[in-house]
Formats: sequence, structure tokens, C-alpha cells
Amino acid sequence: MVKYILKRLAIAIPVLIGITIIDFTLSNLAGSPLDMLVGPRVSEAAKLAKEVQLGLDKPVIVQYFIWLKQLLVGNLGYSTKSYQAVSEMIGSHIGPTLLLMGSSFVVGILIALPAGIYSAVHQYSKADYAIVTLSFLGTSIPSFFLAMLLTYIFTVVLGWLPSAGMTTLGVGGGTWDIIKHMIMPVIVLAVGMAGTNIRYIRSAVLEILGKDYIRTAKAKGIGRFKVINKHALKNAMVTVITIFGMEIPSLFGGAVIVEQVFSWPGLGLLMMSAINNRDFPTIMGVCLLSAVVVLLGNLITDLLYAVVDPTIKYN
Amino acid sequence: MMKNILGKGLRDIPAPDVANEKYWETVWRRFKKHKLAMIGIVTVAVILLLALLVPMLSPYDPNKSLNVFNEAPSLLHPLGTDQVGRDVMTRLFSAVRISLLVGLMATGISTVIGVLLGLVSGFFGGWVDMLIMRITDIIMSFPYILLVLVAAAVFEPGLWNIILILGFVDWPGIARLVRGSVLSLRETNFVKASEVAGMSKAHILFKEILPNTVAPILIYTTSVLALSILDEAALSFIGMGVQAPTASLGNMLNNAQNLTILTSRPWLWIPPGVMIILLVVAINFVGDALRDAMDPTSGK
Repeated sequence: MVKYILKRLAIAIPVLIGITIIDFTLSNLAGSPLDMLVGPRVSEAAKLAKEVQLGLDKPVIVQYFIWLKQLLVGNLGYSTKSYQAVSEMIGSHIGPTLLLMGSSFVVGILIALPAGIYSAVHQYSKADYAIVTLSFLGTSIPSFFLAMLLTYIFTVVLGWLPSAGMTTLGVGGGTWDIIKHMIMPVIVLAVGMAGTNIRYIRSAVLEILGKDYIRTAKAKGIGRFKVINKHALKNAMVTVITIFGMEIPSLFGGAVIVEQVFSWPGLGLLMMSAINNRDFPTIMGVCLLSAVVVLLGNLITDLLYAVVDPTIKYN
Repeated sequence: MMKNILGKGLRDIPAPDVANEKYWETVWRRFKKHKLAMIGIVTVAVILLLALLVPMLSPYDPNKSLNVFNEAPSLLHPLGTDQVGRDVMTRLFSAVRISLLVGLMATGISTVIGVLLGLVSGFFGGWVDMLIMRITDIIMSFPYILLVLVAAAVFEPGLWNIILILGFVDWPGIARLVRGSVLSLRETNFVKASEVAGMSKAHILFKEILPNTVAPILIYTTSVLALSILDEAALSFIGMGVQAPTASLGNMLNNAQNLTILTSRPWLWIPPGVMIILLVVAINFVGDALRDAMDPTSGK
């Protein structure tokens, strides 16, 4: 097991290096932060001084290694816009994003798992058709449009839920206040996630239900409940875990859009304002972090495999 | 659907000549059984026709102000006019053209790149395979939207840049899929027979392996098409995609992002949103039916 984890990490490292290279190249292509310094009051000398101060006068490769070296000691650099440390900025924005992603992940699973299993067990029934059709709708509805619809219903018409932010200004929050702000963004993210996954879970369970050992279990007469819950679902879990593991990157991406619409103060908002300001240390930081989260997610998925499926041997 | 096949209808339908039909005839016969997919095809066809005809026959220019602002739907303007005074229906269908153009072109680009890299990777193996697969891993490690967003910021958002960005970011899935089928096809007897018979590598790769990967590629591209349309909409919605005055389904919704419009001018934001859903659902239904219909192991 330890050997397997080490092996997985060894594969992840070149990928990680590749990620840093792409990350660095992209944000360097994005243009120099010096371009933001325009106006009659900015002299060429001031620009030059700034260039030296930010280390932008050195060759790109040197800049890359300087950045990488700093990265290894946990320094993601400083925002060229607010002069705050990027790691600090990420630190203060990551909480809301993780809260949003985590809740959506759980809600998404709570919708997709029962619906997918029910659909598979009752294949070709009316409920099955309804679930599959709804799941197609869930995948096909753009998150921002669903967000607008929900805002229209719950904020404009009913006046139940706030449409932006994480806490009500002035009131100062409290758990219930945060939950009220979370409901709509979580629904939007969870619907998108459940929509895709219901069909994957359905076909995973269907495949298991067609296996010989299920027929044997049925023939033994242990009853429908035991056949499905003891024999089928346990085996379907292997696929289900991969399916949910693959959701992490798209949840992260979905959060960017949803945070925009609901002004949720997370990494997505940070990223968008960084992009608008060409603040590339921040862009690099968020991209790198998200890529690392995805890599970790993949690793955890692989490890969970080993826990769930005793036939997989890692030697 | 199932009831029709198993139930009393069986005797009335003349049995198809299953034994002698060609592959594509089998696919079509199975495909026709999917009601939702047939509805999907009709929907796409109707939208395509409207996208072709409406901007052509409409007396209004999609990008020109008529000086009647925020007018509710009427006979003159079936979907009203927007805050700049443009006819929403004309704009909606020219937006469909743009969104479909982006979707189709991006899908085309990513399919070509993905198929070529997948074929090379699976067929030649070794360090080439290793290199291509690691690049695939790296690209897939970034959350898709984030990568596209950064790229859009780097290369200035705009119609052609969005097409190129989506096309160049979307290929890893196809590459992996093709590589997988090539690896399993290489083990089949007909490919081995060709190798023994001394056929050239190009012949084996393009005449024997490639045709056998067409079905999975086609199925996969339908979902890429649906996703590309959604991604274009999302990017244009947050202002990083197709830029005004050109209308796209996403940027029409971008303009509607305030409470006044949300509350009192539903004709500005409901039609483009519903249009995206219709298009994407229809394409997904078709893809799903293709998956069933093209599966050679299905006994139906």
C-alpha cells in the first residue's frame, strides 16, 4: 500500500512540474503588470524601477525558477494589484469556496446516488424515464441561467432568499444567515453535478445487476432487498467512487461561474478580479492550487478504490 | 418504448431483415426506437431552420438600434426589444448561429487533435505515448473553466479566439478514448493478420483501426458539442467570450444581469436561456441514443 502511494506520487510529480510550467507560461503571456501603469504621471524611470522591483527585467526562465524556488518555501508571491501576499489572499478566500463546494458535493451525492440506484433497479419503469429525462435536463441547463431562474423565484417573487454575498451586511452573519445565502448557489452546483452523475450511477448499477453472481444470489432466494443492498450496491461502489472523484475539477470550475453570479466571496471571485487586473501572481496561485486539489482528488480516488475493492492489489 | 417491442405491436410490424442489413442500417433502425432522440433531432432541425431563416427574412438588423427601447413583445417584435432598442427575436436567432458556429468549430478542432494524438499514442506506444499521455494528464488537472478563462484573458476574448481556446483545451478526453480503442484493436485478430500479411503501418492505422473507432468518437463528440455550447454561453455570460455587438446566447444573458430586467423584462432573458437548454438537451438525447444504437454488443 505504501509502495503504491509512493508510486502514485512519483507519477504525480512530473505532472505537477508540467502544471507549474503551463501556469507560468500562460500568465506570462497574459501581459505585463507594467501595462497597467499608464498615464501622464507615470514616467519611464518609474516604470523601470517597478520592473526591477518586480524582477521583470530578468529572462523568463530565471523568473520561472525564482518563482518556483519561492513556491517551495510556501511563498506564492505578492499581488501586483493589492500588494498582499497571494497565499494570504487565497487563505482568506478558500474557506467560502470549500464550504460551497463541500456542501454542493454532499447534496449532489444525496440526490444522484438514490436517484441513480432507484432508476437502475426499476429500469424501463415510468419513474426511470422521468429520472433519466430530468438528469438530462440537469446537465443541459447552464448554471448561470438556473441561477437567474432561482433568483427570480426565491428573491424577486417570494422574497425568501438573498441573492448575493455570504452574509447580510450590517447584521453580521450567524450560521442561519450564511445558510440562507448558500441555498441557491448550492442548488445550482448540485443540480449540475447530479444531472451528470445519475446516468453514470444508473449504468454502473445496471451493469452489476446483469452479472452472474447477482443471478446466483437471486436464485438462492435471499430476497430482493439483500440482493440489491448486499450484493449489487457494494460492487457498484467502485465505479461510483471514480464517478464522484472525477467531479472535483468540474465542481471547482462550476464554482467560478456560480460565485460570479451570487457574488460569493470565494476563489472564483478572487480569480475573476485577478484576471481583470492582470494580477498574475494571484492568477498563478489560484490555478496552481486548483490543479493541486485536482491531483490530490485523483490520488484519494485511487486510494479509496483500494479500500473498497479487495480484488485490486497494489504491488 | 420497450412495450412496443415486446407487446402486442410485434405482429403488426414487419420483421426487419436483420441478418442482411448494413451496419448503418442497424444503427438507424435502433436509433429510431428512441422517441426522445427523434424529438431531439426534430428540435435541432427546427432551430437550425429558424436560425437560417429568421435573420434572413427579418426586417430588422440584429445589431442596429430601432430607437424603441425595452418594448414588451408585440406583433411587430414577437420577443420585444432590448435596452439598446434591438429586435430580440432577430438577435436570438443570429445568436443561435454564433453559438452553433462556436460549438461545431471547437468540437471539430478538438476532435481532429484528439483523434490524431490518440492514434499516434496508442499505435506507436513507448515514449511518444508516455509524453502525449502526460500532457493529457496535465491539461486535465486544471479545472476546465479556469484554464479557458485564463486563456481567454491572455488571448483577448472574441469569437475566433473562443473557438480556438475551446478547441485546444477540449481534446484530451477524445485522445484518451481513441488511444484506448486503438490499444484494444491492436490485439484483435484482423489487425494481427494484416501485420503478418505485411501491410504498411499507415494502411493498418487509417484503413483498419480508424474506421473501427468512428462509433465511440461520434458518440463522444456529441457530448463535446453540447459542452462547448454550454462553455461558450458561460464564458460570454461573464464577459470573457463573444463580445458585443455580436450576439451569442451567453452574452444576451450577460446584458440581463440586473434586478430590473430580471423582474420586469422577462423577454430579455428567458428566450436565450430556454434556447440553450433546448439545443443542449436535444444534442444530449441524440448522443445517448447513438450510444445505444452503435453498440455492437447490443443484441437488439
